Amino acid sequence: MLEVTQLTKTYGHGPSAVHAVGNLSFRVEPGEFVCIVGQSGCGKTTLLKCLCGLIPATSGTAVLQGRVIDRPPDKLALVFQEYSRSLLPWMTVRGNITLPLRSKGIDSTRRDELAEQALTAVGLVGSFDRYPWQLSGGMQQRVAIARALAYQPEILLMDEPFASVDAQTRADLEDLVLRVRDEFDVTVLFVTHDIDEAIYLSDRVIVLTPPPTRVREVVDVDLPRPRDQIATKGLPAFTRLRAHVFELIKRPADSAGDELSEQHTT
Amino acid sequence: MTTAVGAGPVLGADDRGGERLWWLPWLTVLAVLAALEALSRSGAIPEDYLPAVTTVLAALVAELRDPTFWLRVWETLQAWGLGLAVAVVAGIPLGLAIGSNRLAYRAVRVLIEFPRPIPPVAVLPLAVLLFGTGVEMKVYLVAFAAFFPLLFQALYGVQDLDPVARDTARAYGLGPIARFVWVAVPSAMPYVATGLRLSAAIALIVTIATEIVVGSSGLGYAINEVRYANDIALMYGIIVVTGVLGLVIAIMFRRLERRVLHWHASQRQELPA
Repeated sequence: MLEVTQLTKTYGHGPSAVHAVGNLSFRVEPGEFVCIVGQSGCGKTTLLKCLCGLIPATSGTAVLQGRVIDRPPDKLALVFQEYSRSLLPWMTVRGNITLPLRSKGIDSTRRDELAEQALTAVGLVGSFDRYPWQLSGGMQQRVAIARALAYQPEILLMDEPFASVDAQTRADLEDLVLRVRDEFDVTVLFVTHDIDEAIYLSDRVIVLTPPPTRVREVVDVDLPRPRDQIATKGLPAFTRLRAHVFELIKRPADSAGDELSEQHTT
Repeated sequence: MTTAVGAGPVLGADDRGGERLWWLPWLTVLAVLAALEALSRSGAIPEDYLPAVTTVLAALVAELRDPTFWLRVWETLQAWGLGLAVAVVAGIPLGLAIGSNRLAYRAVRVLIEFPRPIPPVAVLPLAVLLFGTGVEMKVYLVAFAAFFPLLFQALYGVQDLDPVARDTARAYGLGPIARFVWVAVPSAMPYVATGLRLSAAIALIVTIATEIVVGSSGLGYAINEVRYANDIALMYGIIVVTGVLGLVIAIMFRRLERRVLHWHASQRQELPA
C-alpha cells in the first residue's frame, strides 16, 4: 500500500542545516490503521507533507501503490489539525467538499452524490448549505473528514486531527473515524502525540525518535475490535501497551546514535 | 516601505447595536447647526465668513433647481466613475497576478514601488499637457491616483493566503488555475474591498481638486465660479454637496462589501452552533 524507504528531509545546507527527518522506513498494509506517535517537534508534520507530495524528500522514497510520490497523489486525502483554516470560509460545506472533486473531473450530479454520502457518514447531512464558521469545532472537523471521504481515497492521512477539540468531542470523533474507515474501506495513517489515542485507534503504532527522526519501534496493537472507549481502555493489555509506548517515547534510545545523546529525564 | 491597509474592513461595532440611542448623534448635529446659526445671526462671526446655516440651505435649494448644477454633479461623477473603473480593471487583476507569482513580484517590485509615492497632483501639469483640460485629463489623473491602492491591496491580499488553505488545495490536487480562482482570489477579497473603499475616496478628492486647479467643468469648477461671484452662501452649499457625494460613495461601497464579504470574520454574524 504505502512503503516509505530511507526517507530523509533536511532543510537548508551546511552546518546550519536542520535534519527534520533522518532515515525513516516503514510500511502500511492495505486496510490497516497505523498511528505515528512521537514528541512534538519530531518531524511528524514534515513527514506527512512528504507523503502527500507537498514537499520533496531530500533522499529516500515514499511509494503509494507502486507509484513514487512526487506530487499529490489522487488516491490520498488529508485531514489537517487546523480545520478552521483548512476549510475555506467563503464556501459552504457543500462547496468545500465538492471543490476537490471538481478538479478530479467528476460531474456535478456525482459530486453532490458523493458529498451527501460522506456528509451522511459523519452525521452532518443537514449542514449542506451552511458555512463552516457557522459550525462548532467538532462539526468543522467532521466536515473536513467528509471532504476527505468524498475524495474517494485509498489512504487517509490525518495530521493530529483532534488536537484542538475538547475531550468528549475527541472521543466521539475517534469512534467516528473507526466507523467510517470500515464503511469506506480506507487505509488510515494517523499522526498524533496522544499515546492513548494512538493505541485506541490503531492496528500498529509507529513510535518515532526525536529529530533527526527515525523509527524507534513498531508496536503491534492486538486489542480486539470493535474498540470501545470504556471497555478497550480498561483492558490490561491496553494499559501494558500504553506503558510500553510511553517508555519508548520518554527514554532516550540507546541505539539511535550520538545525535540523540542530549539530556533526557528517565 | 509597505503601507498596506489591513484586511479588516472598518465597520463600527456600534453600527449594529445601540438601537435605543439612534437619535443621539443626530441630536449632536442639530445642536452644532443651531449654535452655528446663532453665531452667524448674532454677528459674532461676520456673515461673509460664515453665512447662517439657513442662508446656506436656501442658496443650495435654489441651486438644486438649476439644471447646470446637476450637469456639474454629473461631470464630477463621470470623471470619478470612469477613472475608478480604469483603476479597478487595471489594478486588481495586475495585483492579483503579480502577488500570486513570486518571480513576477521580485521582477517588478522596484518598478511598481517607484511611482507609488508620487502625489497625483504632481502629475497634473503633465496630464493637462497630454490630454487638455477635458474629461480625459480628469479620468487619467483619477485612474493614476486610484490605481496604486488597488494594485497593492490586491497584491498583498493574494500573498497573505493562509498556508494551510494553500496546502489543502494542493494536497487535494487543485491545479494552479483552480487554486488561483477558488482559493487565492476569494481569500484576497477583503484586502481588495479595503483598497476599493480607499480608492473611491481618493478618486473623489482628485476629481474635485483637478476641477478647482485646472478649471475643467464639474463641482470643483462650480466652487470656483461662485467664489468669483462672491456668493459665499452657495459656496458653502456646494462644499456640502461634495461631502454628501463622498458619504454616499462610502456607504455604497460599505454595503457592497457587506454583501460580497458576508463570510469574512469582520462581517459575519456567527450562529450559535
